[in-house]
Amino acid sequence: MSDAVIEEEVKTNPQGDVITSAPVLETKSKKGAEAQHVVDPETLFFHAPREKTFITGSEAAKEAIRRSNVDIAISYPITPQSETMQQVGYLYAEGYVKDYYRGEEEYGVMSAIAGASRSGVRCLTATAGPGLMRGLEVIASWPGGRLPCVLLVMCRVVNAPLAIQPDNVELSYLLNTGCIVLHAENQQDFFDFPMVAFMVGEKPEVTLPVAVAVDGFFVTHARGWVHLPSADIKLPPRNCYHEAVPMMDNENPPIRIARDAPIQKSNFISYQMHASWQQEIWAAVERSRKWLIRWLGGLIEVVNPGAKIMLVASGAAVSQSREAVRQAQEQGLDVGLIKVKSLRPFPGRELVAALDHAEHIIVPEFNYVGWLAKEVKSVISRTERVMDGPRVFGGMSMPTELIMEKIMSSNGRLPNTHSA
Amino acid sequence: MSLATINVAPGFKEYLPREYQDLVDNSQFTRERKVSEMGSFKDLVEEHPMCAGCAMTLFIRTAIVGLPAPENTIIIGTAGCGRLVLSQAAIPFIYGNYGDTNAVASGLKRGLSIRFPDQPKDVVVMAGDGGLADIGFSAVMHGWFRKEHFTTVMLDNEVYGNTGGQESGMTQKGMVLKMAPTGKKFEKMDMIGLAKTAGVAYIARVVPTNPTRVAAVIRKAVLIARAVGPAYIQAYTSCNIEYAIPTPKVMDDAKEVEKARYGFTEYFTDEAKAYWEHIEAQRRQAKTSEDTTETAH
Repeated sequence: MSDAVIEEEVKTNPQGDVITSAPVLETKSKKGAEAQHVVDPETLFFHAPREKTFITGSEAAKEAIRRSNVDIAISYPITPQSETMQQVGYLYAEGYVKDYYRGEEEYGVMSAIAGASRSGVRCLTATAGPGLMRGLEVIASWPGGRLPCVLLVMCRVVNAPLAIQPDNVELSYLLNTGCIVLHAENQQDFFDFPMVAFMVGEKPEVTLPVAVAVDGFFVTHARGWVHLPSADIKLPPRNCYHEAVPMMDNENPPIRIARDAPIQKSNFISYQMHASWQQEIWAAVERSRKWLIRWLGGLIEVVNPGAKIMLVASGAAVSQSREAVRQAQEQGLDVGLIKVKSLRPFPGRELVAALDHAEHIIVPEFNYVGWLAKEVKSVISRTERVMDGPRVFGGMSMPTELIMEKIMSSNGRLPNTHSA
Repeated sequence: MSLATINVAPGFKEYLPREYQDLVDNSQFTRERKVSEMGSFKDLVEEHPMCAGCAMTLFIRTAIVGLPAPENTIIIGTAGCGRLVLSQAAIPFIYGNYGDTNAVASGLKRGLSIRFPDQPKDVVVMAGDGGLADIGFSAVMHGWFRKEHFTTVMLDNEVYGNTGGQESGMTQKGMVLKMAPTGKKFEKMDMIGLAKTAGVAYIARVVPTNPTRVAAVIRKAVLIARAVGPAYIQAYTSCNIEYAIPTPKVMDDAKEVEKARYGFTEYFTDEAKAYWEHIEAQRRQAKTSEDTTETAH
């Protein structure tokens, strides 16, 4: 009778996930970050053996943060980002992140990140759509403060009528802040890019914040194949004294080191200071190129180079474009694809070279304004080759039929000038 | 940081500006200074561009004398008159975005605690009434509720002075100012009451009529923030320009306001009180043993 097993009541949330209290920490054996050892970044990026897993984009980001030697992570909930930062909260509870809290709202969170980065620690936050807009005043000041940190952006609708659905129009606002901006295509990218982001942003000649964007839900909440290196290795810690500016840690001579100079006086010294500072930010963005090329394997990836019709895409639109290229090739059409991995620095020269031969350029986008098409047009010649869209927004998916329609219409319009 | 950081390598000192030599030889960095000694040692604040007779400037100068460890203090400010002085002090100063001070302070203090677990680094926010009670309100309140370990000093001139005299939440009801053309329609915000509600460990309200007291409450606030929890000082620092106070009458105004509605008040949580009594006892003991040693000589 007493042997009868009484099944404990298990509480679940509406999605059926088990609700548990905070994980109990093991105190005896080595745990969390203490059980990891530091490896050279390239060992982690390229050489460490990897295992294939099938996980969501949010879980992929969590695994990246586990291996990134993060000191402080500051969170604030917003769909579809919350999943990731609450997973980072578990990493804190497990000892992989040294400090973590839920901030008051995004303006406060981005400001606290600015404070934490000035103290010399490695810091992380993440947001989405309206949260990015709320924090943008601060985010736009990070580069001027030369504050390395990583911001994950899970793109979603920002405009009215408000919605939580995927749409990456928010990136058009982020592009001109002076932050480095990477755009992850899939779960694997969302594992690899954040680790690269920490290492690039903290390079002495760069010393800048890095945003890693991903399209919400399509990647964050869907599973994909991710090759993961072992969890017992991690990136080297931030070495703040090797960066471009002094830390606010009073380990420098105290006299006249106000880094955040108030230059609101109307005189030429103030104008010169602001101007040179901004020039230096964008020069630092340029200097990040060599590291991004090395660690991302180029700022672009080209599929079927030399095709007459070229698709150019970033983020989840790349995955849809890959499938469209496959379908087009089945039909005997000469179609290629350029995946843009880095939006800032923008791969201008690479695009000029890879698109030089193209007769038609199609830029599929998950937003109404077509910011990537504008970016492409800003660097190439013969911009009449760029066709609008297809563009979907407000949560719509992008069936490959939409891309195929564009390909077919461009193919129909192909002038007979392509004679050798 | 140790004082070694400001010392100069042998042979180079004479080539440094006189003001730097003074900082090394005769300033608050070399030993604790009293307000009564001001003028006889090198101030950490100088050459500020503030208006003649500004009470805020007097407050900031004396407040800095009260810092218990200036060599390990970082000051955070926001837009407003105060930062014009603070950015020229020989103390690292962060000037971020509008109303971000207490959020920046939270991240900075936590980061410094990770990097220097055994070396207290004091973070002090010094910002105006607009910066803290209006645009920075959310970060101020949440920092207090989270029990962040830093000090917040409000330079309360009851007006947006730097932008040219607009009403703030800390302006008194009825005052006619820019953006309050028919007089302010609601009461001065009770930030002291809000600080109590939020569980702030040490709260003081001061007027710079008594400079020694200003330095004393700053010292108390910073030490309590370091060990116990958030500290808040609200200082009446009149704007003689926007309130048209004749320059020689600035201190008369301060005395009147102090008497009428801004009297010195101090509030400790039980934990802060116990901690402060402990500090005082230690100080007395140190003084006694010092005196004994001197007598023995």
